[in-house]
Amino acid sequence: MSTELSGSHSSGQISEQIDTTAVNDVLMAGDKSKGGRPYFLNDPAVERVMNIAMAVATEVAVVRERMDTIERLLQQKGILQQSEIEAFVPTDAQAEERQLWHARYAARIMRIVQQEADAIAHPENNIPMRQIADDINEM
Amino acid sequence: MSYQLPPVWTKLQQHAVFPSFSHDERARYNFLANLNRFVSTVIAPGNKTAFEKRVEPIFKKENGRTFNDRFEVGEAMKNDPVYQMWAALRRSTMEMRQQNGRAAVLRQAGELAQKTATQLALHPNLQLKEGFIVPPYLKHVDNHLMPGSYHTEYFKGDVANAANYDSGLFVTSGGMLGSLTDGGGRAIAKWVQETYPHFNPKKILDIGCGLGHNTLPIAMAFPDAEVIAIDAGAPMLRYGAARANALGIKNIQFIQADAADMSAFADGDFDWVQTTMFLHETGGKSIHKIFKEINRVLKSKGLNLHIEQPQYTPEMSIYEQFMRDWDAYYNAEPYWGHMHDLQPVDLMMEAGIPKENFMQIGVKAVNDLDKKKEDGKVTEDYGRSPIWNVFGGWKS
Repeated sequence: MSTELSGSHSSGQISEQIDTTAVNDVLMAGDKSKGGRPYFLNDPAVERVMNIAMAVATEVAVVRERMDTIERLLQQKGILQQSEIEAFVPTDAQAEERQLWHARYAARIMRIVQQEADAIAHPENNIPMRQIADDINEM
Repeated sequence: MSYQLPPVWTKLQQHAVFPSFSHDERARYNFLANLNRFVSTVIAPGNKTAFEKRVEPIFKKENGRTFNDRFEVGEAMKNDPVYQMWAALRRSTMEMRQQNGRAAVLRQAGELAQKTATQLALHPNLQLKEGFIVPPYLKHVDNHLMPGSYHTEYFKGDVANAANYDSGLFVTSGGMLGSLTDGGGRAIAKWVQETYPHFNPKKILDIGCGLGHNTLPIAMAFPDAEVIAIDAGAPMLRYGAARANALGIKNIQFIQADAADMSAFADGDFDWVQTTMFLHETGGKSIHKIFKEINRVLKSKGLNLHIEQPQYTPEMSIYEQFMRDWDAYYNAEPYWGHMHDLQPVDLMMEAGIPKENFMQIGVKAVNDLDKKKEDGKVTEDYGRSPIWNVFGGWKS
């Protein structure tokens, strides 16, 4: 991106080019600051996951605030009242659809826990992949 | 409801060079301000409980004595799960605040540079120095985990890091600094006016002004004074000068200079020399050069004040010293730790302030967003409370 910069500069220049081509905002937003990063939990792997979870928690809050804005705008425009949202009772079919969504959502979040339990229940399905590679080489 | 909520981010004053934030970027900051407040008021006090109930008793039992210093406390606390979780969360929120702020300002970096240039054209108040050498202590660390710190320019005319600082300090402080993030400057200006009603400085120097957020209230309180604001960071000065113009403050000049070499100013040039949360971001050798320079540029009978974190004294518990030390190492303000072992009275003598003129006071915060809470009970959050620690004195 390049735009004409108007206005004075300390060096006395009246205009110069603003050239932001070096700015990769997606990656540079996450630039690491100088100095070694401390980890506080006994296992850095846990702290790594906690950091991801906190970022996701932030995004849930962002979606919640956006939804709140939409509800309030709809109310302002007389399309619905917030009390209608609170009083909303789904039909049986709607309720089941929503419960299904929650169930699938919960399962997605809990995938790794589910699969670790499965691994204990079915040791026969836990042959190391190198072993399987050797096995199928003979098949 | 008794739980104290932080003010919403939109209460910040949207001056002409302020970055524009999308709905979701604002929401992100509102959440982070709340998260910070929860971590600092609900989770952080658990550290003291853990220290008193188990960390200290266990240490005493194992060693037959209590802790000698804050470093021993740190080593013992490292193993406590309450401390571990608090520290991990605090570090995480600081990093998220930086990433989210950078994401918002970097995507509009070109527009911010343009807005800055437009405001700079209104009134000449900026002097950047060609070939300026950034002090080594600034280049060695990214203070408070801000990548690129105060001095990095990503392109010519860039102000991204300054805009990130201006719009994001709200999140870290939970809104306690006011709608223009100027709580420190407002507090000191009010205190000086009330305490010394006959003091009429003609020339004021603010060292390490950053984007001038704490300089502006001083310039407004003394509109007839000529205010010089110096800093090493070009993006901060550029943005600060544009911001001052946008807010209609005309009696400040923003000048790029190293505080350890203020040769641009004559001996006895200033009636008042001020620093605000600056000294702890310098270095162990530089700080003495800075005080020597303050002594040189400060007029006889002139005033020298510093808003700083409190020193570690024998009266301060080593637990509190340990908690205050946290930011030094884990929020990347490393000089904070060493500096707090210095005696302010000694520093002031280097600045030509006689021992009998030395003062150390607590100056009450002024926050236009939080008026009703100024007198309220506030949970101690080591180094982030609304009482400003000030030391200084009058030159002989």
